[in-house]
Amino acid sequence: MTGKRILSVLAHRLAILAYVVFALFPLYWLLKVSVTPNKLLYSEGIKMWPSRTSFEHFDFVLKHSEFPTFFKNSLIVSGSTAVIVTVLASLAGYAMSRFNFRGKYWIITLMLLTQMFPLVMLVAPIFKILSPLGLTNSLTGLVIVYTAFNVPFATFLMQSFFDGIPKDLEEAAMIDGATQFVAFRQIILPLTLPGIAATLGFVFTAAWSELLFSLMLISGNDSATFPVGLLSFVSKFSVDFGQMMAAGVMALIPACLFFLLIQRYLVQGLTAGAVKG
Amino acid sequence: MASIDIAAIHKSYGIHPVLHGIDLEIKDGEFVVLVGPSGCGKSTLLRMIAGLEAVTDGEIRIDGKRVNDLAPKDRDIAMVFQSYALYPHMSVAKNMSYSLRLRKTAKEKIASVVANAATKLGLDPLMERRPKALSGGQRQRVAMGRAIVREPKAFLFDEPLSNLDARLREQMRAEIKKLHQDLGATSIYVTHDQIEAMTLADRIVAMHGGVIQQVGSPLELYDNPANLFVAGFIGSPGMNFFEGRYMATGDTANFALTGGVVLPLSGVANLADGSRATLGIRPEHVVLGAEGPDVLKATVDLVEPTGFGIIVHLKLGPVAFKAFTLDRRFLGMHGEVDVKLPVKNLHFFNEAGRKV
Repeated sequence: MTGKRILSVLAHRLAILAYVVFALFPLYWLLKVSVTPNKLLYSEGIKMWPSRTSFEHFDFVLKHSEFPTFFKNSLIVSGSTAVIVTVLASLAGYAMSRFNFRGKYWIITLMLLTQMFPLVMLVAPIFKILSPLGLTNSLTGLVIVYTAFNVPFATFLMQSFFDGIPKDLEEAAMIDGATQFVAFRQIILPLTLPGIAATLGFVFTAAWSELLFSLMLISGNDSATFPVGLLSFVSKFSVDFGQMMAAGVMALIPACLFFLLIQRYLVQGLTAGAVKG
Repeated sequence: MASIDIAAIHKSYGIHPVLHGIDLEIKDGEFVVLVGPSGCGKSTLLRMIAGLEAVTDGEIRIDGKRVNDLAPKDRDIAMVFQSYALYPHMSVAKNMSYSLRLRKTAKEKIASVVANAATKLGLDPLMERRPKALSGGQRQRVAMGRAIVREPKAFLFDEPLSNLDARLREQMRAEIKKLHQDLGATSIYVTHDQIEAMTLADRIVAMHGGVIQQVGSPLELYDNPANLFVAGFIGSPGMNFFEGRYMATGDTANFALTGGVVLPLSGVANLADGSRATLGIRPEHVVLGAEGPDVLKATVDLVEPTGFGIIVHLKLGPVAFKAFTLDRRFLGMHGEVDVKLPVKNLHFFNEAGRKV
């Protein structure tokens, strides 16, 4: 019996390990290539770790490429998008969760509808709209587009978090002397922090890794975000893998930091409502 | 402290009417219990008084002032919720002081008021805890503390004890009553539990189907129910009902039960000869092992000892009814038993269900 038990635990752990290895291997490879000197990159064949490591790619990317600009642009675009979307989605999600108003059903249907189109279909019309407004080749334009695309889903996400907070709480606050808005700000919002963190994280990563729109709407290097910037390592005749991977590793840093910051809330957020508090 | 007047209150959700013209005057300092089965509109009425539901038609006045369009925060009432509704991210002390902080009360005043309430409710050692770290009874006390620190015009209770286990419920019931005696605050208490209604109320308002069925002191409702609903709702085990036909010839009257058994009655009731009626008698008024002329033979179906007394399930022909006795001789009872339904304890209800 215990032998069988140990075996099943072992199989379970092995399965998890296999999954983790599968999921993390590309990241490992990213790191490995980024520290492999150019000389060894093609000469050593496929090895798990190069015989000599160097940070020459990092050095080049930081000092001689436009990567710092891309990085800064990405940070501005993703950060603003995440904050704007979360604020809008919090307010909209609260309204969806708590108020009954005319046309609510249609607004929800419309929001759902926006999620049904492949983005590629929308690139041309959006370009056509933004171009006369001078919003192509601008970070503001990107923030607007990302915000528009993320608000519906984020609203649904926030609505489900608000739905999980008993109505009694704000009613109690209102009887205690708060207006509905004060009750929202002082009672409901603090309790939705996990939800807000989850939404922030979701939108930030979505904007951080978005390629299609930034590729189509941005032409110069000045306003390019880093996914577009990564393509600049691909030239007509060769791909500079080492530098590309070094840039990739650095691009991971803010996303990792961001998740490290919010992970405490995120775990709560993702499991919220799973069990009765 | 305040009086609360409810005049011709109607409430509908869309086309669905929930309350059909409620009139009720609650005196200053009175403890009124709204009781009724779920869906009778009692909680809706309470929430309308609190300002959490809009009034469809009619008027609510607190201290003579119309409050229909006043926000909850401006009505100066406190409410205790069934779910307690404690703010999870605040300590007990913060929970209790929230209303005072919103009103920008001076810090020293808040501290002293909260400390007083905490002592009164035995919460002193728990003041820095979060609600999560409290037991059900403690949470209930915090919810009450939050209400009393404000010294509001009135307290509203929405089934505050429903989430507690039986023993704790009994204890908190007594504490609520004690608190009301100490503070003398106008209180409206909603419950579906008739024991809570009986024990707490100065006056009970029995509701059913969005209509007030009867208003009166607990014993009035118990001894003299206005209709079949109140008779059946108040009292545990519930009142026995026998359907049948009232027969009167001169000075003597009989009640012919559906099923053939005829009960001789010693007096005449205010019913037309031959009319259909329902006869009610409380289980504790059924006399077991009776002797004399009006004795009926009933069959024992089941005996349920409750410790305190014994509930005996009986059958009179095909009609089932219950008797309640404190006499333990009846514990091992089976077969046939002589029962008597004393006429002074009988309640007659006409076809419309009204008491006659």
